[in-house]
Amino acid sequence: MQAQLNRILEEAKSQLQAAETLAQVDEIRVKVLGKKGQLTEILRGMGKLSPEERKVTGQMANSVRAEIEGMLEEKFEAVKKAAKEAQFAAEKIDVTEPGKDINVGVKHPVTITIEEISKVFMNMGFSIVEGPEVETVFNNFDGLNAGPNHPARDMTDTFYITEDILLRTQTSTVQVRTLQKQQPPIKVIAPGRTFRCDTPDATHSPMFHQIEGLVVDEGITMADLKGTLDSFAKQLFGPETKTKFRPHHFPFTEPSAEMDVSCFKCGGKGCRVCKGSGWIEILGCGMVHPNVLKVGNIDTEKYTGFAFGIGVERVAMLKYGVDDIRLFYENDMRFINQFK
Amino acid sequence: MLVPIEWLNDYIDTKDIDITEFCDRMIMSGSNLETCEHFCEEMENVVVGRIDKIERHPDADKLVVCQLNVGAEEPVQIVTGAPNVFEGAYVPVALHKSRIPGPLHGKAKEEGGTKITKGKLRGVESFGMLCSAEELGFEDKVVPVAHKDGIWILEEEYELGMDFAEALGLKQAVVDFEITPNRPDCLAMVGMAREAAATFDRPFSYPDVELEEAGEKEAKDFVSVEIRNPENCKRYVARVVTDVKVEQSPWWLQKRLMYAGMRPINNIVDITNFVMLEYGQPIHAFDINQVKGSKIIVENAADGDKFTTLDENEREMTKDMLMIKDAERSIAIAGVMGGLNSEIEEDTTTIIIESANFNGDSVRATSKKLTLRTEASSRFEKGIDPNLCEAAADRVCKLIEMVGAGKVCKGSVDVYPNPEIAKTINIRVDRINKVLGIDLSREEMVKILEGLEIKVAGEGNIMTVTPPTVRQDLLEEEDYIEEVARIYGYDNLPVTLPKGNNESGKSRERALRDMAREALCSMGLNEIQTYSFVSPKGVDNVRIGEDSWERAFVKLINPLGEENSVMRTILTPNMMEVLARNSSRNIDAVKAFEIGNTFMDNPYSPDNLPDEQYSLCIGMYGKDEDFYSLKGNIVELLKIMGIKDVTFIAESEYGVYHPGRCARIAVPSGRPAPEGMEPEMDELGIMGEIHPDVAENYGMDGMRIYCCELMFDSVVRHADTNIVFSPLPKYPSTSRDIALLVDEDMEVGKIEAVIRANGGNILESVKLFDVYRGKQVEEGKKSVAFALVYRDAEKTLTDEDVAGVHEAVLEALKEKLNAVLREM
Repeated sequence: MQAQLNRILEEAKSQLQAAETLAQVDEIRVKVLGKKGQLTEILRGMGKLSPEERKVTGQMANSVRAEIEGMLEEKFEAVKKAAKEAQFAAEKIDVTEPGKDINVGVKHPVTITIEEISKVFMNMGFSIVEGPEVETVFNNFDGLNAGPNHPARDMTDTFYITEDILLRTQTSTVQVRTLQKQQPPIKVIAPGRTFRCDTPDATHSPMFHQIEGLVVDEGITMADLKGTLDSFAKQLFGPETKTKFRPHHFPFTEPSAEMDVSCFKCGGKGCRVCKGSGWIEILGCGMVHPNVLKVGNIDTEKYTGFAFGIGVERVAMLKYGVDDIRLFYENDMRFINQFK
Repeated sequence: MLVPIEWLNDYIDTKDIDITEFCDRMIMSGSNLETCEHFCEEMENVVVGRIDKIERHPDADKLVVCQLNVGAEEPVQIVTGAPNVFEGAYVPVALHKSRIPGPLHGKAKEEGGTKITKGKLRGVESFGMLCSAEELGFEDKVVPVAHKDGIWILEEEYELGMDFAEALGLKQAVVDFEITPNRPDCLAMVGMAREAAATFDRPFSYPDVELEEAGEKEAKDFVSVEIRNPENCKRYVARVVTDVKVEQSPWWLQKRLMYAGMRPINNIVDITNFVMLEYGQPIHAFDINQVKGSKIIVENAADGDKFTTLDENEREMTKDMLMIKDAERSIAIAGVMGGLNSEIEEDTTTIIIESANFNGDSVRATSKKLTLRTEASSRFEKGIDPNLCEAAADRVCKLIEMVGAGKVCKGSVDVYPNPEIAKTINIRVDRINKVLGIDLSREEMVKILEGLEIKVAGEGNIMTVTPPTVRQDLLEEEDYIEEVARIYGYDNLPVTLPKGNNESGKSRERALRDMAREALCSMGLNEIQTYSFVSPKGVDNVRIGEDSWERAFVKLINPLGEENSVMRTILTPNMMEVLARNSSRNIDAVKAFEIGNTFMDNPYSPDNLPDEQYSLCIGMYGKDEDFYSLKGNIVELLKIMGIKDVTFIAESEYGVYHPGRCARIAVPSGRPAPEGMEPEMDELGIMGEIHPDVAENYGMDGMRIYCCELMFDSVVRHADTNIVFSPLPKYPSTSRDIALLVDEDMEVGKIEAVIRANGGNILESVKLFDVYRGKQVEEGKKSVAFALVYRDAEKTLTDEDVAGVHEAVLEALKEKLNAVLREM
């Protein structure tokens, strides 16, 4: 019997060595260890043996069984591993083939710029307000302290619907609307479309966008104007950005200024973008003229404020290096897709 | 405003200030820079020469051979084609191996100048070039009349061989300042000198007007002046000069004009122009022989008067135009242009100098009506101080004496009915500090203001200020705050942030627009932006009906052209244009949207403004697009905005779309329906496949294009962005697939509605999964297959539970729609 056991062990060993598939391994397992397997048969026949023999043979059978089980397990793992490797080899793909087309759309660059600028100001506590594109002459000129003969009122500069109604030339109209509606503290920006009688060319468009800003509260100073707009410039163009405020003139602010930022292309050394000066004009601003505050019946002794206006296309053109403003309104998909 | 630095130094000494620093500091005190040009930098080896001999060129009729004395022992031979050379003329000579700023005649200007070397012209050697003023870097429009079309012939004698630029003092900087409309006083050299004086805290001096008055008679013996319209002519100063000699101005005078952008003509014209540039006060000169009756009358024209101006154009006048007349006729349009009938001629001997103040609005109106804008009119338009008239007239006379152009008569005729007095106001030290956020002392402020020639009186917090009358912009306290700020320096103001705390926010409408934009982009659509003003033809092109509201345009009075003449009522025509443009550029697929304003006239609006409403337009074409892909985008967009109960109603009448592929998009209004009536619907918009005729109108013949236009305000009204969580199901669902045989024109939407209406509270979802026509389905019928999912929130459904409801559904389908279950 012991010889038989040894034979079974040797036979299983050689068979397992030859086996290649999981099915073959399992076949061997059944043949040896199954209900009708060779080893099982031997164990069944042990009843006929003497207690001593039974003990010795039993021990031996158990060790053979353990050995075969071990071999089976080992072989099983090996075959499984080989099968997986074969599968992987068969399923190898070319990872350099292109991915499937997933197309997310793009916002218009004017929208993107408005959103970026708005985000900066909203983080500083500004709210967004809006006004209509078709406006009264009062809200566009008179209410903003523009004299009756201000040249911008000319039909050669401004589009009119009637004598008293026009297409707003500036988002500053929203200053008038806000001051009439709201008492200080006021801290708003107003993005929107504006219109001027300019024949389209690379740098002019009869329609363009502005973002107006207005802050009115007790104790607002020109230093606050500088601080707010300097912070805006640093957030939009990067923390190294420097700003410069130059005196200028607008009817609705006094003192008035234009703000330049250090050229974000060359860092102020002078290049094509800044025309060699190292500075780029970005916006107009100033302390709100008391005549404008009076339109909203605001106590000009108690409250002071500042206002500013940013040309959106101008910022977008500078930021993205767009050299022709007309591209914004052609809406060529090859243009828009670049702003992804 | 062109400011030649050499001229500026006549009033304020800035010679020790580097030009870059000068410009920077002027910018920071409020005089912004357009350009700063350095003249004759690119000029080398150009010397003064004298033409000693001129001979004809042997082989060319138009050329001559000149022998020049350039201070060397040997003469220099140069061939030239210029017609104005003569023996004895002093000229600029660009020698062999020299450099001139250029451009050469008829050529483009070269970077860094043009090199001149010796060469042969038609076989004759030429060792350099004789130069015109243009070739030496002056613009054509400033070249003196005397040598406008030829070589620069010098008026005076210079040392031969001397560097030309040095001999004439040509190397200097000219700064072009941008003058804002509130500062017409800066359109004058004196005004700029005042600014420079304040900026650099230096003294400056006014022009010399000390007169000799060598004339024998007094001005009033020659002329009397009457102002009949004192509103539009505040002042009229006349001076008289006799023994006038009209000739070329001396070089120093010509040079100042050339660098300031004006062409020297003759001494009298040059002097009037010089004084205009110096003081900002336009000056006119009349030939006294042409002033009939020795009388000048300032009054309005009569309607229909004909008048011929200096430019030899006959013009028709109207009664609102102010004229200068003599005893018999008009001799000038006040402040705009003189008349041909009183022009100074070569033989004029006695002249009247007019230095007058005309109302800016009146001059503007006249110049606009006549479409005649002159240097004088554009200055009067901006407003001039009437107190300048006298000094300017005196200055003209002073210059005439200086250049020996005539004898100035004693005194002047000065009619000034209501002298302009400077406006004195009180301003407060603490207010200035409060607005600027600084703490400047009264003394410092007074120093700044006095530097600008503002007189300051009073004490303590109050400063009683009186500006010079040229500063017509200084009216209120704010104006003085700006003066203090800009001279103190915006750079020196502190940098702080406002102290108040605010919460930021935006309107629900704007937030929803932003949301829609995000949603559409995430679905692969690109945003476009198109003009708010459009061509009225757009609605024709998209086949909008004759009397439709879309044609009730808000119109512009003064559009740039027909294509931008009305405000848009819908966005679809613009969208079609954009799709067409992309298609014509061979872009094979486009998915785009625009969210923008539309405009409708509203006769009831309190401020007469039209209604502005947002619209959302989607447009797409390409091989992956069809009606249902567009519909899918719309349904998903509305779902994101919380509008889930959307109905699509077939529409065959709207001209924009294919009559069989168009739907109105609607939602239940939410308003309670009257007894027994279907619930009312609100329309959100319309969608469909673009009508082939519309596609053709945009040159997209045969293309399948899909568009949609949503009234965004309606979308906003129905949007609901609140999200309410429903618990996840605890019990399993059971599904039943059904295929129904129905008539071909039965709408799937109707079938679905019947299923939903009869599914009780256990029908969780209905989903169409197949529409089939063909084999085993009879002609005129179609098979539609739905997957129905049943679930009870409270328990596991039994077959019996489902069967009851499902049977009812099938029964209703059969009864209401004649839809029979088909074997699957």
